[in-house]
Amino acid sequence: MLHLFCPYCQELREENEFHYRGQAHIVRPKDPESLSDKEWGDYLFFRNNSKGIHHEMWYHVSGCRRFFNVTRNTVTYEIYETYKIGETPAVTDKEETE
Amino acid sequence: MSRYSVFSLFRHALSHHENWQKVWRNPTPKDVYDVVIVGGGGHGLATAYYLAKEHGITNVAVVEKGYLGGGNTARNTTILRSNYLWDEAAHLFEHSMKLWEGLSQDLNYNVMYSPRGVLNLGHNLQDMRDIERRVNANRLNGIDGEVLNAKQVQEICPLLDCSERARYPVLGASWQARGGVARHDAVAWGFARAADSLGVDLLQQTEVVGIRRHEGAVCGVETNRGFIAAKKVACVTAGSSSLLAKMVGMELPIESHPLQACVSEPIKPILDTVVMSNAVHGYMSQSDKGDLVIGAGIDSYTGYGQRGSFPVIEHTLAAICEMFPDVRRVRMNRAWGGIVDTTPDASPIISKTHIPGLYFNCGWGTGGFKATPGSGNVFAHTVAKDEPHPLAKPFSIDRFHSGHLIDEHGAAGVAH
Amino acid sequence: MSQQNRLAQGGRIDRNRVLNFSFAGQTYKGYEGDTLASALLANGVDVVGRSFKYSRARGITGHGSEEPNGVVQLGTGDSTVPNVRATQQELYSGLVSNPVAGWPSLQFDLMSYLGKAGAMMPPGFYYKTFMYPQKLWMTYEHFIRKAAGLGKAPTAPDPDTYDKFNQHCDVMVVGGGPAGLSAAYAAAKTGARVIIADEQSEMGGHLLTFEQTINGQSSSLWLAEMVAELNAMSNVKVLPKTTVMGYFDHNFLVAIERRTDHLGERAVSGTRQRSHRIRAKQVILAAGAQERPLVFANNDVPGVMLASSVTTYIKRYAVVPGHNLIVSTANDSGYLAAIEWSKAGRNVVGIADSRPHSDGALVAEAKALGIDVWFGHGVMEVKGGRRVYSASVAAISAEGDRIIGDVKTYDCDTVATSGGWSPVVHLSCHTGSRPVWRDDIIGFVPGKALQAQHCVGSIMGDHQLADCVHGGLETGSKAAAQAGFGDGELLMTKPDIERLAEGKAQALFLVPHKKNVSRAPKQFVDLQNDVTAAGIELATREGFESIEHVKRYTAMGFGTDQGKLGNVNGMAIAARSLGKSIEETGTTIFRPSYTPSTFGALAGRDADTLFDPERYTAIHQWHIDNGAVFEDVGQWKRPWYYPQPGESLSEALNRECLATRNSVGILDASTLGKIDIQGKDAREFLNRVYTNAWSKLAIGKCRYGLMLKEDGMIMDDGVTSCLADDHFIVTTTTGGAAAVLEWLELWHQTEWPELEVYMSSVTDHWSTMTISGPNARKVLAKVCHDIDLDKEAFKFMEWRNGSVAGVTARVFRISFTGELSYEINVSANDGLFVWEALIEAGKEFSITPYGTEAMHVLRAEKGFIIVGQDTDGSVTPYDMDMGWCVGKNKAFSFIGKRSFDRPDTQKADRKQFVGLKTKNSDEVLPEGAQAVWDPKQAIPMTMVGHVTSSYYSAVLGRSIALAVIKEGHKHKGETLYFPLADGRVIEAVICDYVFYDPEGERQNV
Repeated sequence: MLHLFCPYCQELREENEFHYRGQAHIVRPKDPESLSDKEWGDYLFFRNNSKGIHHEMWYHVSGCRRFFNVTRNTVTYEIYETYKIGETPAVTDKEETE
Repeated sequence: MSRYSVFSLFRHALSHHENWQKVWRNPTPKDVYDVVIVGGGGHGLATAYYLAKEHGITNVAVVEKGYLGGGNTARNTTILRSNYLWDEAAHLFEHSMKLWEGLSQDLNYNVMYSPRGVLNLGHNLQDMRDIERRVNANRLNGIDGEVLNAKQVQEICPLLDCSERARYPVLGASWQARGGVARHDAVAWGFARAADSLGVDLLQQTEVVGIRRHEGAVCGVETNRGFIAAKKVACVTAGSSSLLAKMVGMELPIESHPLQACVSEPIKPILDTVVMSNAVHGYMSQSDKGDLVIGAGIDSYTGYGQRGSFPVIEHTLAAICEMFPDVRRVRMNRAWGGIVDTTPDASPIISKTHIPGLYFNCGWGTGGFKATPGSGNVFAHTVAKDEPHPLAKPFSIDRFHSGHLIDEHGAAGVAH
Repeated sequence: MSQQNRLAQGGRIDRNRVLNFSFAGQTYKGYEGDTLASALLANGVDVVGRSFKYSRARGITGHGSEEPNGVVQLGTGDSTVPNVRATQQELYSGLVSNPVAGWPSLQFDLMSYLGKAGAMMPPGFYYKTFMYPQKLWMTYEHFIRKAAGLGKAPTAPDPDTYDKFNQHCDVMVVGGGPAGLSAAYAAAKTGARVIIADEQSEMGGHLLTFEQTINGQSSSLWLAEMVAELNAMSNVKVLPKTTVMGYFDHNFLVAIERRTDHLGERAVSGTRQRSHRIRAKQVILAAGAQERPLVFANNDVPGVMLASSVTTYIKRYAVVPGHNLIVSTANDSGYLAAIEWSKAGRNVVGIADSRPHSDGALVAEAKALGIDVWFGHGVMEVKGGRRVYSASVAAISAEGDRIIGDVKTYDCDTVATSGGWSPVVHLSCHTGSRPVWRDDIIGFVPGKALQAQHCVGSIMGDHQLADCVHGGLETGSKAAAQAGFGDGELLMTKPDIERLAEGKAQALFLVPHKKNVSRAPKQFVDLQNDVTAAGIELATREGFESIEHVKRYTAMGFGTDQGKLGNVNGMAIAARSLGKSIEETGTTIFRPSYTPSTFGALAGRDADTLFDPERYTAIHQWHIDNGAVFEDVGQWKRPWYYPQPGESLSEALNRECLATRNSVGILDASTLGKIDIQGKDAREFLNRVYTNAWSKLAIGKCRYGLMLKEDGMIMDDGVTSCLADDHFIVTTTTGGAAAVLEWLELWHQTEWPELEVYMSSVTDHWSTMTISGPNARKVLAKVCHDIDLDKEAFKFMEWRNGSVAGVTARVFRISFTGELSYEINVSANDGLFVWEALIEAGKEFSITPYGTEAMHVLRAEKGFIIVGQDTDGSVTPYDMDMGWCVGKNKAFSFIGKRSFDRPDTQKADRKQFVGLKTKNSDEVLPEGAQAVWDPKQAIPMTMVGHVTSSYYSAVLGRSIALAVIKEGHKHKGETLYFPLADGRVIEAVICDYVFYDPEGERQNV
């Protein structure tokens, strides 16, 4: 069971209090209508699914009801950092391609 | 391949079992293969077997980074059924079910296919509507199915608490009599032995670290044992699909999550069918050895750790205690996790890619075991002909761009 | 003779407290402090079970959680427990136990005749047989299943309860032996919060059976002081009888405390077991090591035991489990069994030590007692059926791989063996860390720590008491420092402990036999699963080269003991057979649970009514009092219908529907989700998340809205009302409320934080009651005097503030029935009061409460959809013919809009929402019926859609149905067929989905 530090509550809380909300930093296209079907499908469904360093969103559903980001290792489940929406992660995978 | 039978067993017993033939060779990789299958799990081995048996392509290698059948084949709860909702999925899984029915004889290996019936329970009125819809569709698709009321469910499964006492009482169920279980290891080993005997090279402890291309088309795989040339490369690597795709710069509509299961200590037979509940979220059968085999939920977060979150186990056992209050004093012997590749529509991807000679079979989520023979069969066709098998066609990766999704969350059995 | 093997003195038992118990129908006596195993051995009970494959007689072989044979059925009836290890079960008065296998009785076991056919049952024999014909497998399987399995599950629900504690600590210590106690003590002295757990009934571990001098005093005195001191510290929680079953991510551990299992079959008061869910800053694993037996021929015959177990039974329980002992060992520690045996006054035939010599202290002590020591020898084979009667001792090569001399046979009834010590690496494995083989200690130790974890004592191969105590103190102090307590300096002096001289142990696993492995009598590796050395060799010979394959093919380690005794021996035998080292072969990974954990304990209180919370509206009691039958909708209990005495569902339904259509009905709609949205950008926010346009919705007005997922499919619906320019109230489906709020928060917080908008769930704040029907206004007028209810003053799709029955209320004139309707919202505290006032006011109009079923019928008559019933996540607003609520000219590309333009959503033959009228108007289509154009076509048929909703409409006097049908609109008026499971084929004609009052006049009156 993960122990997550909510950057808003400034506390470590149990995994049960949170909902996982998938890959972080996926920006909704500004003008969806200008996208091809392929581009729109990529935005909707395709994910990097990293093995190793992964930036992901969590929701503190039973706490402050804020969304925040987590940099987590998907193999060891070690959490390197949690940070607020809009902030950039300090820990990144160099090979990660945008 | 020397045939297995009770007579061969007797003969070998006389010589103290000292002369059994190896189940498969341990070959050194050839320089070039017609097809390299990446992934030596049930689906990969089945693909190799059907490539050799039905398409005459025997210059095939199965490349496995660990040991054969050591991934999700070894970690699932072995449930077989084909009662999927949408036509596309129903036909695919029914194709597989038909293969199960003769698999032990086809492979000359007892995979212990046990058609003991599968109950999918309904606990609220919408569950029952969905069950009715699915069973009706199944029957018109030629798949056996019945809608049962709570009393009929109780008769089939006395251990299940069908009383009003329950927090979510059982209102009824769908029943697929041909559904059941099989012995997971035997499936991998049976396909491996049969494929090997047809000339397929099974290369264990061989990890693919790159996919090489020549003028756009695939020409082989880089492995920890060196380069292996291949005209076609077929990836069947649940839990690593995204990593293989990344080797050629592709992303997939897949997220990998831990899925857990657990077993009780072995006890005398108390449960003769497979019972699955989406709403209460427990599913259970009893193995021939006597263990209660329990499928837990999927972890919400992505992970490659082959271990899961403990609250998921707690919640699952709460559901089991709720559904089967007699077994609360029974004890959990072992819990473990596998990595499942989930897709947005809970249906698999069996597909050519934009790269000539590269094929993917992945995204089986929580339900891949039951599809093992069918998946291998249609994938072998797809690879051999470079043209999707008619049953595989709807499962192309293109559907995520066209929007033709096959949403099987309801029938997938495990809430994603 | 009673307790013939009990010594007159000694042991940690209370001879004044005699306990009666039974096993296999025989009654015996034991003492308080006994385990069931020690009491059985005291009474000379040799055979406690039969092996599951070969049905061989089996006796107690160990003394703790490693025991593979002594597995019994404890208790009877609803409180029975299968597969309890006799070695772990504390004795209580009246304990009833039975063997789990053996039929018809332990003494005469029919199955053992089957077992004689063992040659036909090598590993994997079932994969090679029972194949033909396919149909017969179910018959074979029936008999295989009957023969397999150990104990029996209870046949009635568990009468006991279980609970959970959430614990937080700075240092968690697993294991209460000398290392664990020392670690806990040192950590606690820094002020850190410490939890120490041990699976045994008392703390002490090895010190419970072994004595040495600590600071010049007996170690048992040191132990007593240490335990007393830890118990006295307020920052320490000492948990005996508590098994840490798993070690999970981020230093989360789960420990199961057996609170009453030592007192009786059932918990007299309180909970039977408790699951401690522990989050620790630092974890110290001091779980010790487990002695390995040596593998030799017939090593499963009762009387063959672990050397440490023999010692334990003598020292801790004052039980000598035999008369004539032979020890077979590859190290010094095995000598202890002979020493204690001899001191207890019974005969030691000799010690076969596989090593050429040893100068260890224990060796010297044994020799001083006059015990014969045969260096370079091992027990090759024992003879006996229900008890050992002789042992064959052979001279073996220095490499331990062959017999090099004569074999002598000695009479004896007990053989104690020691092949070395395997660290208990299980918990560290749970974290994903692979154990590492160490040749110097001949065992696997925990691999690299992946969490804040420390290991100390014999889990690291350090068996000397001095290492355990000193290492424990240092580790405890270090862990505390890392948790923020102290600076890591020891706050106490290390006690003086003498190091015992020890001879080097030999890596011996299988004692060679004169015959090769495949022909020697069975040499058992995993006793519970009847896995033999020959079986392991066969597996490798057949090409199962991975240790995981060997394990799976032979079933080694799959028992309830998870191979605690057998695994390392099995790996060593496999390695040798493959010509590899143990290091190269590697190990399999242990999984939770360390020992089996009760389902109930893991579920805790989350069973029965607490399995999932039940949510009630404020009016719930009234519904009960008025005979409502309830429906589960999400966690809510909603009135489904209100049958009057003798009424069936359909009768009640027709009555409720007609009352509403003809006069007035009342519905408790409190469960609908309600989200309060405020902020200057609230309108813009709604524009983005709904298909509809909200820019022009005036204050006082309401509008129905559709919410989509980004894939364009309908996700939720509801009415939104404008309370002020910057204030809206959104309603959602009952089941979707929480998910919708999360969804809205997601978009606001992650995509559009620049929008000033705030939202909050107010579902539970309000009671919502809908009065619906031609007399609704008249009823409301009786209790509402401050709102002008005139149809022009308060129009359809408007809302007003006011008071109802004197209570402040928001009244919405919206309708889900097509009738004149008012939805009255009051504070939940006043809900019941207002509801009763409305019932009272409506009496003259025979106001009729209606449930969800009537609501479904009434809305279906109007063709209103229910999200989740008429939609399934695969339909767009256009599919549902609801293009009218898609705002096509909104500036912002609302969520889901782009997906309408994908090829699949554009295709012509999508399913469309239609009505259906059966040809036979009395016939009601089943919901979920599948539609075909040609019922005579061959299977598989081409299905073109299905029935989503279907009812008998009392007001129309006929059945009606809603469906989604491929190109349904084009085919209006055509006949579809619905082949059903029972063989009927129902015919129905496609029609419009509005069946009643298509002009919508009734709601505008």
